Amino acid sequence: MSDTQSGKFGEYGGQYVPEALMPAIEELTDAYERYVLNNEDGFVDEFRERLRDFGGRPLPLQYADQLSARYDTDVYLKREDLLHGGAHKLNNALGQVLLAKYMGKERIIAETGAGQHGTATAMAAAHLDMPCEIYMGETDINRQRPNVFRMRINGAEVNPVTVGRGTLKEAISETMRDWATTVENTHYVIGSIVGPHPFPVMVRDFHSVISEEAREQVQEQTGRLPDSVIACAGGGSNTMGAFHNFVGDDDVDLFAVEAGGSSLSVDETEGVAPNSASLSTGDEGVLHGARTKLLQDSDGQIMESHSVSAGLDYAGVGPELAHLVDEGRVTPVNVDDDTALEAFHRLSQDEGIIPALETAHAFGYLEEDHEDVGDVTIVNVSGRGDKDLETVIEETAQRDLETAVDMSVFDGMHGGM
Amino acid sequence: MFERDEPAFVPYLAAGDPDYDASKAYVEALARGGADVIELGLPFSEPIAEGPTIQGAIVRALEGGMTPDRYFQFVEELDVDVPLVCMTYYNLIYQYGQSEASASNASGETASERGPGPFVRRAAEAGLTGFVVPDLPAEEADPLRAACDEFGLDLVFIVAPTTEEERLARLMDLTSGYVYVQARLGVTGARDDVSDQTAGSLGRLDDWDVPKAVGFGIKTGDHAERIVAAGADGVIVGSALVDIVAEGHENGDAVEAVADRLAAKARELKAGALDGWERRREDHAVATDEG
Repeated sequence: MSDTQSGKFGEYGGQYVPEALMPAIEELTDAYERYVLNNEDGFVDEFRERLRDFGGRPLPLQYADQLSARYDTDVYLKREDLLHGGAHKLNNALGQVLLAKYMGKERIIAETGAGQHGTATAMAAAHLDMPCEIYMGETDINRQRPNVFRMRINGAEVNPVTVGRGTLKEAISETMRDWATTVENTHYVIGSIVGPHPFPVMVRDFHSVISEEAREQVQEQTGRLPDSVIACAGGGSNTMGAFHNFVGDDDVDLFAVEAGGSSLSVDETEGVAPNSASLSTGDEGVLHGARTKLLQDSDGQIMESHSVSAGLDYAGVGPELAHLVDEGRVTPVNVDDDTALEAFHRLSQDEGIIPALETAHAFGYLEEDHEDVGDVTIVNVSGRGDKDLETVIEETAQRDLETAVDMSVFDGMHGGM
Repeated sequence: MFERDEPAFVPYLAAGDPDYDASKAYVEALARGGADVIELGLPFSEPIAEGPTIQGAIVRALEGGMTPDRYFQFVEELDVDVPLVCMTYYNLIYQYGQSEASASNASGETASERGPGPFVRRAAEAGLTGFVVPDLPAEEADPLRAACDEFGLDLVFIVAPTTEEERLARLMDLTSGYVYVQARLGVTGARDDVSDQTAGSLGRLDDWDVPKAVGFGIKTGDHAERIVAAGADGVIVGSALVDIVAEGHENGDAVEAVADRLAAKARELKAGALDGWERRREDHAVATDEG
């Protein structure tokens, strides 16, 4: 049985949800098989058409001159930041909202960390005329205000989640509670390759257009496959999107760059991991519907994670990615907050691309350790950094970064943006 | 797990809410008040099936230092003589004993399979009689069912209003002790009315040979009466009791005073259930006479 049918990746994956949700999960599995896998009623054709006309696909694979010179390797950028909404997230949000429509659902709910998934879902829901509510942790609302505005402007309700530390983990739990109450008419658009089957395979399939295009483009432009593909990994949706069509190419190395935060060590007593590196440091467990690698204490309580990037700040990771790491097919690496910020400024100045802080982690790996990437590497530019400017200004002001421009020009502007 | 000649009152509290000693007094008060089985929550950091009331209890218990090992100690120290069912989430069951297992693996002494075995063994030692695991559907339950069989514990499954007929057969095969009938969609939480869905939900389980306990939204003796009159063998009440604990905690009330209120609430709910049982008997007698 293939993973698309079983929902299992080795020991990982599965469906760990309350009984009340199981019929909805079964209904969704059936809809995924009919519409997404078998293109019933022309679903895939409509999805592709909307990705093209509304989303702006295909997106370029751009040769990066300065970075290539600096790192002495040919660096190609897969420009998901140019997708409508400014991040890869629309691929999945559009796919799921359209699927909900095919299924006859009347309402959309979603959770968001950095706000990119919430924004993409709000846009897709507005585009397809579906009412939409987004759950977002209060901490994240405060550090990602531009995206909160965008969601509201697109007509979505934004519900603040105040429990715990008020980040993505809490928002996911809250959205699952809403779904358990409203499951008969509501579809929950999960924002990454996490959650119960079929979400991990379905979200991966919607994002696999990234590697489908990149694989074709790199061959057109260089006449060969790349030596490596690099992508940042929080939950892992852009990662699996960028990797999926290269997984079978054994000569292509796949690097998943996690958030090393301020440290890889863990404070067990406080239940806090000052990083979000569940692939590198996590342990197998069950969270939010799936068995996967998690940041947890020795009792199995889920830890609070940390990253300067809200979009990577999650205690779990997709089960497929966890499996590919165990198999040795994907190499998990991580860079800390400082390196990600260094890379943020480097890419902004050298290439004229302001990356999302998530994406900056992928470039941080290149900045820090580019010996293993080979002669041709593709970096997935998962999103643009407009949403992060406030955070970057504040965080940079607290550090002495070699790559940053003079930050004093922003004095007094904090909070005013 | 239930006596069959009267309706069961099954209260829930989170162990350790708001602290270890008070919580022990509260659980014992429920037993004094007439509890027939107690569902004792082992708090997990991500309780996705719970509403705000029980989530609050879980947060207080975790902040008070509740852990799986403390929980087993808590169970061992309780002075109650009713069956205790552990209500928790699968990750805690799955992780228990793993750090010791991997330490011994590292030293090459024993190779231990990761799974629910160590937790279930410890639960049996502590004197627990079964489990309710809200995030473990039938699809993923085989390892826990096998461990429960090995150590002689019951595994209670939840049947939801949305559960379709074909799933019922699978759940019936896996369930032991009693079946938890979810009275309405949603998460846990006290409500002001009794769902009309209850009689319909119970009717679907006519051929199950385990007792049927109804939970979600039951708050008063009157609710309990109506639920039992509608055909339930027992009522499960959580949020209405947790509310009493939370209020006492917020007001800084003495533990004894809160315990008394819990015992009184338990008596009200048990009496309601008994009234419902009586009403059902009368209705049955009338129906038999008329028939």
